[in-house]
Amino acid sequence: MKNMWSITKRELQAYFVSPIAYVVGAIFLCFSGLFFYIQVLQYEYYSNYSQQMMSYGYGQMPNVNQVVYIGFFFWLQLILILVIPLLTMRLFAEEKRTGTEELLLTSPLSVGQIVSGKFLASLLLFLILLLLSGLSALFGFLYGNPELLPILSGYLGLLLIGAAFISMGMLFSAVTENQIIAAVLSFGTLLILQFLYYVFLFSSGFFKDILGSVSFTSHFINLIQGNLDTADLVYFLSFTFFGLFLTQSVIQSRRWR
Amino acid sequence: MIVVEHLTKKYGDLVAVRDLSFTVDKGKIWGLLGPNGSGKTTTMRVLTGYLSATEGRASVGGFDVFEQPNQVKMIIGYLPENVPLYPEMTVSGYLRFVTEIKQVPRPKRREAVDRVLEAAGLEPVRNRLLRNISRGFKQRVGIAQALIHDPQVLILDEPTIGLDPAQIVEIRQLIKSLRRDRTIMLSSHILQEVSQTCDGVAIISEGRLIVSSSLTELASSFADREGIILKVRKGGREAAALMRKVSGVDKVEQDGTELRLEWAKGRDPREEILSIISQKELGLLEMRPMTPTVEDIYLKAISGGTAQ
Repeated sequence: MKNMWSITKRELQAYFVSPIAYVVGAIFLCFSGLFFYIQVLQYEYYSNYSQQMMSYGYGQMPNVNQVVYIGFFFWLQLILILVIPLLTMRLFAEEKRTGTEELLLTSPLSVGQIVSGKFLASLLLFLILLLLSGLSALFGFLYGNPELLPILSGYLGLLLIGAAFISMGMLFSAVTENQIIAAVLSFGTLLILQFLYYVFLFSSGFFKDILGSVSFTSHFINLIQGNLDTADLVYFLSFTFFGLFLTQSVIQSRRWR
Repeated sequence: MIVVEHLTKKYGDLVAVRDLSFTVDKGKIWGLLGPNGSGKTTTMRVLTGYLSATEGRASVGGFDVFEQPNQVKMIIGYLPENVPLYPEMTVSGYLRFVTEIKQVPRPKRREAVDRVLEAAGLEPVRNRLLRNISRGFKQRVGIAQALIHDPQVLILDEPTIGLDPAQIVEIRQLIKSLRRDRTIMLSSHILQEVSQTCDGVAIISEGRLIVSSSLTELASSFADREGIILKVRKGGREAAALMRKVSGVDKVEQDGTELRLEWAKGRDPREEILSIISQKELGLLEMRPMTPTVEDIYLKAISGGTAQ
C-alpha cells in the first residue's frame, strides 16, 4: 500500500509538472462546457415546442434529466475516448524509453504495486477533471430542478468507464516504448469498441445479445439513465481488473524474454 | 558475496551469456571486463533481478536471485548503464523518491538523502532539475541513488562511460571511497579502469567466462614468462629474423621497428640480444622489460585464446 502510494505520488507530480495534464484538462473542460451548453439549447428548443403543444391541451414539459444530463454524459464519454489515451500513453512507454523502468523493477516493489500505483495516479487525475466538469452540471440545479440520483449514477458511470479506459490505455503503454503508438492503439481500440454499440443497435437475435453484453456503451447507457444495476458495475470492474492484470503480465513477461 | 553458477541467458536464439560461473568475495571490488556486447550488462541485469535467466543459479549475500528477489533487491545498489533519471524531478526530490521505493524507513529518509548528496558531491545541485545538470552530475546522481539504502553490494554498469577524463578520475575516486566493507562489482570495457580500481577481474567474451581471479594472481600466472620490448632505428624485419635465431627466445613479434621478445623464465638471453644489435649496427633506441598488464591478458583473452 505504502509502495503503491510512492508510485502514485511521483506519477501525479509528473502529470502536474508536464504540460500534458493542463492541456488535456483544458480541452476536456472546454468540451464539457460546450456539450452542456448544447444540451441546454436542445432543452430550450424542446420546451418551447412542448409549451406550444400544451397550449393546445396535450403533451408535457420535457424531463431535464432525460434531455440535458443523459446527452451530456454521453458526449463526455465520447471525448474520454480521446482524452484517456493521452493521460495513459506516458505511464510505461516513457519509463521504458528513458530506462527508469530498470530502477523500478530492481527495487523491492512488486509489479502489481507499480501497476496499481500508476493506475491510481491516472484515476485521481481523471477524478479531478470529472469533478471540475461537474461545475457545469451544477448550473442545472441553479435554473431547474433535475433529480439528483440519476446524475450521481451518471457520474459513477463516467468514473467506471474512465477506469476501464485507463486500464486499457495502460496495457497499450506497457507493450510499446513509443508514447504516440500507445496513444493511437488505445484510441483506435476504444473507438472500435464504441462502434460495436452501433452494430449492436442495428443487429438482431443472439448476436445482438452478445454485442450488448460486450459493448461498454450499452452498460454505460444503463448507468447514465439512472438504472444502477450490479451487472453493469461488475462489467466495468472486471474490465478494469482484466486490463490491469494483463498490464502486469506484460511487464512480468518481459523479464523472460 | 556474489555467486554465479552456470548462468545461461538466451534472447530467443541469441545466447547472451553462456554457462557463466564466478564468485566475488565480500569486501572486494571486482571488474567485469569484456568488449561491447559480451554479456556484461545481461549478467548484471540477471543479478539485480531485472531479467530472468534461462539456466543456472545466482545468489547475492546468500539470497537466491530467483527465489528471493526482494531480499536481494534490498541489499543491492544498482547503477544501470543508462542512468535511470526522471528529468522533471529535482536531484533531492528524485533521491527522496528512491528512498521510498527502496524501503528506507520514513524517519531515516531525510538523513539518507543528505548522506548520499554529500558522499556523491551533489550538494551544489541538490535543488536543480535532473534535466538541467551535466553528464558528470547525472552519473553521480546515479551512484547516489544506488547508495541510498546503504546496500552491502553495489553493482555499477559502466560507471564512467561518457564522462570526460577529469570526471572519470573523480568517479573512480568516488567508487574507491565507497568501498569500506562493501562488495562492488563494476563493468567496463576500459582496461585502466579495472586495473586502477579493482582487486580482481572477471573477463568475459561472447558470453563466456575467460578468466576470473585477483589482479595479483593474474600477473603471477604470467610469471613463468619474461620478455622485453626493443626499439631499433631501422631494419625491423631484419632484426626480427636475427632475434629468432637467439637461443631461448621462443616468441618474436615485430611491429615496424618495435620488437617484442619472450622467453621462458630463467633463460635470460638479454646479453646475447644486445651484442647482436651492436654487431649489426641496428641502432638501439629503447629496451624495456615487458610486464604483463591487464591489457595483455585481456587482448589475449578476447582474441580467442585463454590467459594461460
